[in-house]
Amino acid sequence: MGPVEAFVKGMAVTARQFFATITGKGLVTTSYPQEMRQKPQRFHGRHVLNRYEDGMEKCIGCELCAGACPARCIYVRGADNPPDDPVSPGERFGFVYEINMLRCIFCGLCVEACPTEAITHTQLFEMSTTNRSDAIYTKEELLVDPDGTPNHMFDSDRFANFEELAHADGWMRATAPQGRAAYQGQVAWSGSAGVGVRPPEAGQSEEDPPTDETGAED
Amino acid sequence: MDWIDLGLIALRVLVVFGMLQVVTILLVWFERKIVADMQNRIGPDRAGPWGILQTLADGVKLLFKEQVTPRKVELGLYLAAPVLAVVPAFLMFMVIPFGRPVRINLAGEDRLIPLQGADLNVGLLYVLAMSSIAVYAVVLAGWSSGSKYPLLGGVRATAQAISYEAAMGLSLVPVILFTGSVRLSEIVAYQSGSLTFLGRSFDFLPAWNLFILAPSFLIFFIAAVAETNRAPFDLVEAEQEIVGGFHTEYSGLRFALFFLAEYINIFTMSALAVTLFLGGWSGPTWDDSLPLLVSAVLPTVWFLAKVTLFLFLYVWLRATLPRLRYDQLMNLGWKRLIPASLGWLFLIGGALAVRQFGLPWG
Repeated sequence: MGPVEAFVKGMAVTARQFFATITGKGLVTTSYPQEMRQKPQRFHGRHVLNRYEDGMEKCIGCELCAGACPARCIYVRGADNPPDDPVSPGERFGFVYEINMLRCIFCGLCVEACPTEAITHTQLFEMSTTNRSDAIYTKEELLVDPDGTPNHMFDSDRFANFEELAHADGWMRATAPQGRAAYQGQVAWSGSAGVGVRPPEAGQSEEDPPTDETGAED
Repeated sequence: MDWIDLGLIALRVLVVFGMLQVVTILLVWFERKIVADMQNRIGPDRAGPWGILQTLADGVKLLFKEQVTPRKVELGLYLAAPVLAVVPAFLMFMVIPFGRPVRINLAGEDRLIPLQGADLNVGLLYVLAMSSIAVYAVVLAGWSSGSKYPLLGGVRATAQAISYEAAMGLSLVPVILFTGSVRLSEIVAYQSGSLTFLGRSFDFLPAWNLFILAPSFLIFFIAAVAETNRAPFDLVEAEQEIVGGFHTEYSGLRFALFFLAEYINIFTMSALAVTLFLGGWSGPTWDDSLPLLVSAVLPTVWFLAKVTLFLFLYVWLRATLPRLRYDQLMNLGWKRLIPASLGWLFLIGGALAVRQFGLPWG
């Protein structure tokens, strides 16, 4: 290819992209924060601590998440439930629960480790702070409201898609120990406060038929 | 020459001065928007409608930034260089006509006001001289910064300017031969009407030099891109090799002056290309059917429209072409452009001589 031909070819590429963009077809970026991109369903965003449908906390203070965490960013201290006013349905509850978001690598091992689906990811990702101590999320900030809304939203979170947030713990269905790949039509996990039991994800059982080992919790 | 004349001159100079600054603000925004479009991005869209005030915001930011003065600089030249960059940039545009001369009756006297800073009889030479002076700013900035990257940038600027100024000057000689004048207003006047070539008239084409002197135009435009240190000839400030080049050690308002000068130079070179090859402000004005004010403004609109075409071309080149290697730059300048413009000049000179004196054996 001669230099003139190469030149013309190159100029044609930019011209083509120019017309594609001004006609709105080629544009690949969005005007964040006015427009948010659709995030993947299993996006590893900020964590939340879920509640049952009756408002009870799911966390039982077992510290398995802290043990699973490769970044050592979770600190949990459990306490016995007060018999007359229990916080969680079990014997104990998470008395202190802190995640240092500066250390967290969002690997999701805590979500996999949790036996009660208490900790899950959301699609929230705006976590910038002006202060390192603000990056340590306490239990009050992590725990969802009784109606299922994640707590401690930033100003810009007003653009967050609550439809997406309502399906925050969809990710764990296939990866949590009691979840399984073939869950279509079989709800095998507990509901969250304000949201209830999620509708099952569609479309996986055809490719991956259930086997006996993974269908134990039915 | 009375007070009104002096006032009019001052007004014209101020108008050009103001226009160049507004143009710079719009041009930087224009470039960023177009490049963004070519890269499938949105580009600046926060400051003002469509982000049109982005440059203003950047300018204000630069105005308030600290102007760091490194310890090893040659202070006098270091401070003079930005000014030396921006003054020729403004001066260069002063001779370019950007509209049809306006006839106004002022204080009982009919006055013909040319829409240009000054109608110099050596206009084209003056433009070339000013563009050469602008190179001093880059060289001095590079040398006085007392740092290796600016020095390399300055050295590159020297070699590049010398190489391409020759090609540029040679490519303009056919224009001067053809139109018989270096006064820019006369060059524009020569290009009005429709084209006649070799005794035949082409009514559908305007009498632009572009159609007859296309090789000159091509060489001029390539040299102009190199003169303004724009991609793909931006070796002077090649970020990947020599950081910021000559302006590495400049910050704040001093850097802003270099930036301003660069964009004014782009605009001036586009305006010069339009003036010399695309008929300047000439274009249909429909004097009889349109109101007086509209037909007086229309030439300026034609001028700006043609210039915008060139500005787009500048940006398009920048968005497309990778930077030349240094030997490629020198090869293109000395082995391609200068021989090509010399050969073309020889051809044009011969053709004009034949037209005037007839064939030597005839």
